[in-house]
Amino acid sequence: MADAALDRLKADGRIVVVGASLAGLRGAETLRDKGFKGSLTMIGDEPYEPYDRPPLSKQALLGKGAAERTALPRRREIDAQWRLGVAASGLDMAARRVKLADGDEVPYDRLLIATGVRARPWPNPAEAELDGVFVLRTRDDGAALARRLDAGPRRVLVIGAGFTGSEIASACRERGLEVTVAERGDAPLVGALGGVVGAVAAEMQRENGVDLRTGVMVTGLEGDTTGRVRAAHFSDGTSLECDVVVVSLGAQRNTEWLTGSGLGAGPRGIACDAGCRAFDIRGIVTDDIFVAGDVARSPHPLFGYQFLSLEHWGNAVSQAETAAHNMLSESTERRPHIWVPAFWSTQFGVNIKSVGVPSMGTEIMIAQGSRAERRFTGVYGYQGRVIGAVTFDNSRWLQFYEQQIEATAPFPPPFPTVDRRPEGQKPLPADFPDPSVPTHGPTITLSGYSPADRRMTFTPAGH
Amino acid sequence: MRLVVDLNRCQGYAQCAFLAPDVFAMHGDEGLLYDPQAEDAYRERVAQAVAACPVQAILVDELDMAAAAPGAGGGEASDG
Repeated sequence: MADAALDRLKADGRIVVVGASLAGLRGAETLRDKGFKGSLTMIGDEPYEPYDRPPLSKQALLGKGAAERTALPRRREIDAQWRLGVAASGLDMAARRVKLADGDEVPYDRLLIATGVRARPWPNPAEAELDGVFVLRTRDDGAALARRLDAGPRRVLVIGAGFTGSEIASACRERGLEVTVAERGDAPLVGALGGVVGAVAAEMQRENGVDLRTGVMVTGLEGDTTGRVRAAHFSDGTSLECDVVVVSLGAQRNTEWLTGSGLGAGPRGIACDAGCRAFDIRGIVTDDIFVAGDVARSPHPLFGYQFLSLEHWGNAVSQAETAAHNMLSESTERRPHIWVPAFWSTQFGVNIKSVGVPSMGTEIMIAQGSRAERRFTGVYGYQGRVIGAVTFDNSRWLQFYEQQIEATAPFPPPFPTVDRRPEGQKPLPADFPDPSVPTHGPTITLSGYSPADRRMTFTPAGH
Repeated sequence: MRLVVDLNRCQGYAQCAFLAPDVFAMHGDEGLLYDPQAEDAYRERVAQAVAACPVQAILVDELDMAAAAPGAGGGEASDG
């Protein structure tokens, strides 16, 4: 009977978690909470126990906290065998074994994959290796960049004005460093929040002394004779002298180790059902491999059953808890992961938060506050319903709009009495870039298609 | 002492910055900065901040807090 098999799994089964991350740790804690008493192995390619990333681009760069001191608090003892500093290199689904880069193999009865994403590197490897060229994703990245900023560079160039790039630029200005931001799109944050809000972000950068250059690409980085970066060249023919370059071009999903495994994994992540069970490449759901966090993409009923990949802190926690619950549950007791996307950023002293999927929105209405004051709520509409919301220093409104999104409430929102200034009375086009034009990637990637459409649509890969 | 703040939950009430200013600080009107690995000397103040947070957004290491004075308790930052 299934009951007996599940009891055996809980009593002395083997569960392996690949990815010693926020998602991996919270998943492991949940497994123990749910009564798993068997062997638990945590595999991580970095030599560190799970740590928190948001402080790396915020307090660590401001010099108000060390990157080395962001290890995540534990909710409970997890009694795991840790295999840190060794990457998973392969998966044998039939034999139920994870292969490690050091040649070892770890057998499992249930597998949780939480390998996340990594920073997209500068495409020219020789230029990427110049001294002074950084990406920011890992603890080591954060520590190295913070050290270099401590040394007082003359000018920092940030390539890419997504959330991470904008936060880095903000930290540089707070330190009094000269900083140039180069963004291929028309404005910062435009991929995630659209042009209306992107224009506000652009003003914030310029008011704070950032040399923001939009609509340009960096075509090359130049080093001096000692291998230190000294200049950057732009697509408009101009050049810039700089001694620190931070490449902030979004993330790539860590799925290469699954190549040839037969799991449904690729550049967009690992496809899974709403219960976090991974699909194989034939589109058949597995029952022993689960996925959570940034590397997962799963269908969401609130957003047309499109597959969503979310690079969000809260999603990592919530999805890991759901995956862990489902790993130890009968089919009828499993629950879906239908977390409403939510994220935050702090830049130039302004707290930016969002719920839902703004990048699906075609219209935006400023429902509270005003853009000029840098304190407002923007509500995104899609096909006559509320699909997302963003706040600038107005976060107490978010919960309300989260409920509106969950209730598929009509757009524009019909609340004439709620603090609506003249500028907010009618919706504007949200002004998202054409998805076929490369720009800085949003933190939510839509992939797959809506079954309601009864058609397949091709979405260009790579961003 | 390790801690993390769920900034999805945080709404900038600033109770933590008031009770444990060496660990938590407001950054702008709504943003929060905190030391993810605060000195043990601030344990009691952090425990007060955990208890006072109106949205219960602060999670302190359960293993650390188990060793702390009784009644300190740990926060729960999860959506469950």
